[in-house]
Amino acid sequence: MTMSNRTINLLIPIISIFLGLLVGAIVMLFSGYNPIDGYIALWQGIFGSSYSMGETVRQISPYLLAGLAVAFAFRAGLFNIGVEGQLIVGWFAAAYVGMAFDLPKFIHLPLALLAAAAAGALWGLIPGILKATLRVHEVIVTIMMNYIALHVVNALIKSISGGSFKLDKINQTASLRSEFLSNLTDFSTLHYGILVALAMVGVMWFILEKTKTGYELKSVGFNDEASRYAGMNVNKNIILSMVISGAFAGLGGAMEALGTFGNISNMAGFTGIGFDGIAVALLGANTPLGVIFGATLFGSLKYGANNMPNAANIPVEIVSIVIALVIFFVASGYIIRVILNRMSKNKEAK
Amino acid sequence: MSFLDLLYFIVPATIAYAAPLILTAIGGVFSERSGVVNIGLEGLMVMGAFIGILFTLLFSDVFGGWTPWLALIVAMIVSGIFSILHAVASITFRANQVVSGVAINMLGIAIALFSVKIIFGKGQTDLIQKKIPRMDIPFLSDIPIIGPMFFKSVYGTSILAISVAIIAWFVIFKTPFGLRLRSVGEHPMAADTMGINVTRMRYVAVIISGGLAGIGGAVYAITTTNDFGHATINGQGFMALAAMIFGKWHPIGAMGAALFFGFAQALAIGAPKIPYIQDVPSVYLYILPYVLTILALAGFIGRANAPKANGEPYIKGER
Repeated sequence: MTMSNRTINLLIPIISIFLGLLVGAIVMLFSGYNPIDGYIALWQGIFGSSYSMGETVRQISPYLLAGLAVAFAFRAGLFNIGVEGQLIVGWFAAAYVGMAFDLPKFIHLPLALLAAAAAGALWGLIPGILKATLRVHEVIVTIMMNYIALHVVNALIKSISGGSFKLDKINQTASLRSEFLSNLTDFSTLHYGILVALAMVGVMWFILEKTKTGYELKSVGFNDEASRYAGMNVNKNIILSMVISGAFAGLGGAMEALGTFGNISNMAGFTGIGFDGIAVALLGANTPLGVIFGATLFGSLKYGANNMPNAANIPVEIVSIVIALVIFFVASGYIIRVILNRMSKNKEAK
Repeated sequence: MSFLDLLYFIVPATIAYAAPLILTAIGGVFSERSGVVNIGLEGLMVMGAFIGILFTLLFSDVFGGWTPWLALIVAMIVSGIFSILHAVASITFRANQVVSGVAINMLGIAIALFSVKIIFGKGQTDLIQKKIPRMDIPFLSDIPIIGPMFFKSVYGTSILAISVAIIAWFVIFKTPFGLRLRSVGEHPMAADTMGINVTRMRYVAVIISGGLAGIGGAVYAITTTNDFGHATINGQGFMALAAMIFGKWHPIGAMGAALFFGFAQALAIGAPKIPYIQDVPSVYLYILPYVLTILALAGFIGRANAPKANGEPYIKGER
């Protein structure tokens, strides 16, 4: 029996993860480390204590949103590499609103979240408009927007704080922190952001599967010429998908501003969350459910890696190597598909 | 500071900052002219910077003053090999070339930092002792005004970068190899029909881009930072990508754009000393190259069109 397309689509990410971990083990072996110790340390770093589990879930929240952002744009046929920059401006907007205003919690927190989403959306709007009106390729524009975000936010931090390298902490009324979740997990920094992120997974699913807009977005992603012929406003959909994608990314920044760090500091370089979002979306085949899977995996790996230097004396970067390799393998899905088909055909012949 | 003094400061700094960008952007031109998008320039530069510093640190006692030059060659070879990964994924395995490039970027910095921690036991390398020397070009440096501006205490690597740009122009536009390279990037099926091996051309182009980005990264590390850490190549590769686009996928154009971006960097660094410029917040100078690239792409500074088949895997027999 030949494998169905569906089975193959599920197998490709699983095989890729396996190959990534395998090559990671080989790298450890050749660098003189014991890969078994390494992966045990990684496992312990994720599941070892209720504290580490709390921190892992905390790490997953921005990954979910970054993954959603990449996936959502991808469904409309756009490659948003600018998630990193949209996340940074969202982080800044949330931190600023959280710090600058004094409001009751039920207004302040939503306002800060909204500010983050709006900032991210604005950062997505520019490449969206350029793509829709002037056919400028979104990949390059979003890369450039990342650097503009980094420098502009650093300059804003400096000027608002009066020459300092970080903004003041946000007011309690804007915080996502939760004493309950923190106590539950042995005083980790786990916060309510995970609920916001999961709610957004639902929002993405709803938009894509249950609304006319979502139907049009997917249609444009499959074939923009056919969509135009069918009477859809392709340009509007391109802009809309970049705006919504940017809003997801901006909320990802709010996780860091209102939950994990409680402020924003001068950034020497990128957070990397936005780029990891590409991996998350790719692994999850750009579906809402897949993004949960991808974010859980990569968020856990990223946090668990912090335990590797202490427990097994292995540099944390080994996990970044594994993640990059997984991206390679998923992206090279074509060849995995060919091999799987050949294998199942051989079986059939026997 | 008089205007002339200002030029004596700005012009050499511009050229020094531009050299790594020129080399890397030319690499990008080769890859993209053949039809393979190379977002991975950043990661290839990181690899080159790491290898360049590592080689210089390890072999200074053996090769003396020649060490940094040999380091450039070794960086070129290692980054060239590293880029084969991108070639295999995007040419043979038909992976999304942008995704593969993103993976190269992640992998480059991860491998480099992983190795640094193993070798040095800390997050960054020691400082190199042997550097690329600055030199005066005989006769030319004696010309009044122009001499001190362009030909006094220049890095040999700057001369290398400009030569590479001119050679690249010649290779791409004046040789059969260049014609094949461009045809493979514009219309691979037509090229294939004429007996050109599309796959091989693209592999060669990607490996050239890896090699040049490797030299670019090594030049940046050896002349500017003198060590390697997580922030050594902080976006230089993407700026080179921007230079390539701003230069409209043309070697000389890319060189011009890289020089302009180098000028923006030199201006940002030297701003506190320069009248008028010191009143401009430095953030405007930092974002200038990126804003200009967006404007160039939007067609405000002459339309920039990518090679036609850029980013498309070539599948034999498909219409």
